Amino acid sequence: MNLSRKWLSEFVDITASDKDFAEAMTLSGSKVEVTADLGAEINNVVVGKVLSIVRHENSDHMWVCQVDVGQGEPVQIVTGAQNVKEGDLVPAALHNSTLPGGKKIEKGKLRGEISNGMLCSFLELGLEQRDFPAAFEDGIWILSDDPELKDIKIGQDIREAVGLDDHVVEFEITPNRPDCLSIIGLAREAAATYNVPLTLHAPVVKGGAEGELGELLEIETPDADLVPRYTARMVRNVKIAPSPKWMRERLRAMGVRPINNIVDITNYVMLEYGQPMHAFDYRYVNGGKIIVRRAVEGEELTTLDGNVRKLNGDHLVIADENRAVGLAGIMGGMNSEIVEDTTDVVFESACFDGTCIRKGALALGMRTEASAKFEKGLDPMNTMPAVDRACELVEMLGAGEVMDGVIDILNYVPHISVLKLEPEKINALLGTDLPAQEMRDILTRVGFGVEDDAVAVPSWRGDVLRMADLAEEVARFHGYNNIPSTLMRGQTTMGGYSPAQQLERRLGELCRAFGHDEIITYSFISPTYYDKIRWPQDAARRQSFKILNPLGEDTSIMRTTVLPSMLEILTRNYNYRNKNVKLYEVGRIYLPGGDDGLAVENKVLSLGAYGDDMDFFAMKGVVEAILKDLRVENMEFVPLQDNPSYHPGQYAEVYVGARKIGGLGQIHPIVAQNFGVDAKLFCAELDFEQLLCCKGQDPEYTPLPKFPAVTRDIAVVCGEEITVGALQDCIRRGAKGLLKDVALFDIYRGKGVDEGKKSVAFNLILRADDRSLTAEEADEDVKGILALLESELGAVLR
Amino acid sequence: MKQQLEAIRADALAAFNAVDSAAALDALRVQYLGKKGELTAVLKQMGKLSAEERPVIGQLANDIRAELEKVLEEKSASIEAQALQQRLVEEKLDVTIPGKAPVIGHKHPMYIALDEIKDIFIGMGFTVLDGPEVEFAELNFDRLNAEEGHPSRDWSDTFYFDEDCRVMLRSQTSPMQVRAMDTMELPIRIIAPGRVYRKDEVDATHSPMFHQVEGMVIDKGVTMADLKGTLNTVVEQLYGKGTKTRFRPHHFPFTEPSCEMDVQCHKCGGVGCPTCKGEGWIELLGAGMIHPRVLEMAGIDPEVYSGWAFGIGLERTAMRRFKIADLRLIFENDIRFLEQF
Repeated sequence: MNLSRKWLSEFVDITASDKDFAEAMTLSGSKVEVTADLGAEINNVVVGKVLSIVRHENSDHMWVCQVDVGQGEPVQIVTGAQNVKEGDLVPAALHNSTLPGGKKIEKGKLRGEISNGMLCSFLELGLEQRDFPAAFEDGIWILSDDPELKDIKIGQDIREAVGLDDHVVEFEITPNRPDCLSIIGLAREAAATYNVPLTLHAPVVKGGAEGELGELLEIETPDADLVPRYTARMVRNVKIAPSPKWMRERLRAMGVRPINNIVDITNYVMLEYGQPMHAFDYRYVNGGKIIVRRAVEGEELTTLDGNVRKLNGDHLVIADENRAVGLAGIMGGMNSEIVEDTTDVVFESACFDGTCIRKGALALGMRTEASAKFEKGLDPMNTMPAVDRACELVEMLGAGEVMDGVIDILNYVPHISVLKLEPEKINALLGTDLPAQEMRDILTRVGFGVEDDAVAVPSWRGDVLRMADLAEEVARFHGYNNIPSTLMRGQTTMGGYSPAQQLERRLGELCRAFGHDEIITYSFISPTYYDKIRWPQDAARRQSFKILNPLGEDTSIMRTTVLPSMLEILTRNYNYRNKNVKLYEVGRIYLPGGDDGLAVENKVLSLGAYGDDMDFFAMKGVVEAILKDLRVENMEFVPLQDNPSYHPGQYAEVYVGARKIGGLGQIHPIVAQNFGVDAKLFCAELDFEQLLCCKGQDPEYTPLPKFPAVTRDIAVVCGEEITVGALQDCIRRGAKGLLKDVALFDIYRGKGVDEGKKSVAFNLILRADDRSLTAEEADEDVKGILALLESELGAVLR
Repeated sequence: MKQQLEAIRADALAAFNAVDSAAALDALRVQYLGKKGELTAVLKQMGKLSAEERPVIGQLANDIRAELEKVLEEKSASIEAQALQQRLVEEKLDVTIPGKAPVIGHKHPMYIALDEIKDIFIGMGFTVLDGPEVEFAELNFDRLNAEEGHPSRDWSDTFYFDEDCRVMLRSQTSPMQVRAMDTMELPIRIIAPGRVYRKDEVDATHSPMFHQVEGMVIDKGVTMADLKGTLNTVVEQLYGKGTKTRFRPHHFPFTEPSCEMDVQCHKCGGVGCPTCKGEGWIELLGAGMIHPRVLEMAGIDPEVYSGWAFGIGLERTAMRRFKIADLRLIFENDIRFLEQF
């Protein structure tokens, strides 16, 4: 919402600078976005009088003028325009002046003649023909030809002379305050902010035009719930003409283009009162009947912007007996537009249902200034003063003759809401200690009717319903920044992280310790990602939450796996030629089947990496280290060949007992290819909930060994098909209680070992807790281990 | 015999002096002072001496042994010191050669900012809640006083999963207020960080998915002054002691009075510059006293309890904290970006 400060000053006298005004208004709740001085770009341009004009000696089209610019001695200015004559008043840009667009004027010589500046056209001052309809577009602006400029003086600053001296303040108005989408609304806020009087004006209409309104016009509102109020007046013998300079200036300052007197009046009243107005040409209201009704399915209307609109039952139209003539609250129809020869005009000042207007405008993709106001819910009490103001302006401008009487249809019961002022409750909510009288004063300032403890809410403040709303009014004008800052009292509470949150933090610490960078990926993915990771078409996990109105296909379903998100980021880094990339994310997946139609939102620790130092075991090592840190016991890595996303020979699922924790491995080369990556990618996915379940207890101290350990290295030869895991498991079971640890240290194939066999070497640590082991005892244990290895797995000592 | 001893002494001293390695010195020690050494060999002849001579010679032998041992010790120390010195010289490194750094991963800058915020609030007795992103419109809107017809409920603004607009992607973390009120015992002090979704195309300042932190306190006698005091404390911890703030009236359907909190521009100190668009202040968060209707809908009597709540955008906080100019960097996850933090 723009606010012309000149216009504002008609209602309230505030002399603060734009900056101070903006800050004061912002702090009382009307947020200022930006302020602008309309004439900021124009400097040192004055009204000049052409005293004499002679041909330039060296030019057949230039003229040399002596111009009185109010500085005693006339100045010489050369012009190429052909429309200047002696005695004309013209805009003269003097030496060192500036014009819109950053143009600078300095004195110089034109074909040998000194020119101390430039005479200007209105275009050069940033104006349009509409702003000054009487001006001659080609050539210098002859100010003295325009009767509307008869009061200007020689030497006067041009900004002041032609009304470019206004300042405009742009507000961001919150949706609860549609009343502030008007000059009067903002004037009321400004008056309350500065605690100065607000001078409002009650429109006075003389009326008296020939005829009886009731005989000419009939109004029906069959959809009464969508039309709380419809108010109309008529004007006859209209003379369409440009509106006067002062009105054009104000409209221009507010960013509205002047059209003609009648249209300008409707815009003027909308800006001043915040009440959208519409003017119909009475000739085209067939049957003298206005019907506000829902559109018929398929009904068409050409709106004022020239577009044909196809309507349905959700749209509200203004119709005559036969057809729609306007889209209620959004835009008028071309068929009843005010034109040059319009003679009789109907002014509509109505209140429509906000939701209906909003939905209609949205469906047609045509949010207009009027619809933006209606959709927030307007004050039905405002229609009458607005229509009267329009008629008053008609009379003031001599634009026509206003008929007596008003047609006013009320489909609601006017009601004044009265709240009880409870100062102690307001103070308790705000943490202040304000006297009741100060609260009353504040509320009165901003338009509430206050009598003792009864607060009458003005009709335009539909947002004020209860004590908390009054508290906000009090707080706004007392000043939010004058409310004290206190620390919380009351019962103390224990803050802290839940076990799950602690685990999430720990996982992050571990991943970073292992060199993985944290990433954040979108929760929604493209359905084609399931194809890219080679999930079969009938995979149950393809069942995803589908967004009905996504931004695009790429972000249309909620992922049920974090894998493609990780692959997407690995790919991006690969394409950026980043080397040795290691990433992690604790991300959510969204599975159908949650409570009452919601998703089951599980977290997954997702790891991804590629680079020189990466292979299956590097990834497995990270997973093992994480599980070890969490003191997960009895973990097992089970090879699995048929996960379609992973390499069939390099994928393992992680189990703790019967509980599946997740999986890890090399990404299937076809999947990598699907993402456009020609490198080995390694990923791991660990279910967060399962990790939380399998996490070990907090550690308890175990006494350090008092007796030395005995180490024994063994190397056994076995078939290729025997896994290290099986060997280790066998070793553990074969020991007789002395084995404390077993560690793989070598796998050898080649000379000395038969084809199809391998030699696997382990380091065994044996120890007793109550004595020093003898070599014989250790050897006895090792013997048992070897025996079991041989009998169970056919692995023999090398 | 005295002469013999003196000769050994002179020989030994000369030999000790000439030696320059620990091993050679040790050999000399054995040669002169060992059990089968020269000095011992001489002393073995003590029996041949007269009773008068014996103590004199014995004394001399002991003196010589003591002297030799002392010299030996000194010599040994000097050889050791010399050897050490030599080793140190040999071990000299070019210390400007880069170190063998362990590779450590990096926390995402947005989570750095989030963890700071979490820690501050936990220190003030808040618990951290986690909640669903696929959420009921009832909790995201109705229970927060944004009823049917509120513009943010439009299909152009919010992602829905069903035609009835019952289930949606939460557009704010505020439904966590409702979930907390419905499930927790009073008094409540919570923050709830998480992902939120709005139908905005991706650009330098927008993303259809972003993060917020919701905060809420409900207790008897909670005031707007408490809201200010608490948030001021948070800001001082985030941006440094003495950071200036201001509160402006604003509007949210679920708070009344509502406000926005600004911090004084760190770049210009409040004078006005391009960073703060000339205002001298930068908008930080939205907050307010919980709307009595929201409390009522949760079955909490606003005549007895009051509360305040706030919501802060995490991306913007992180972007300000680390001077990140483009939101897209946050979700791009280029390690050249991530590894800067």
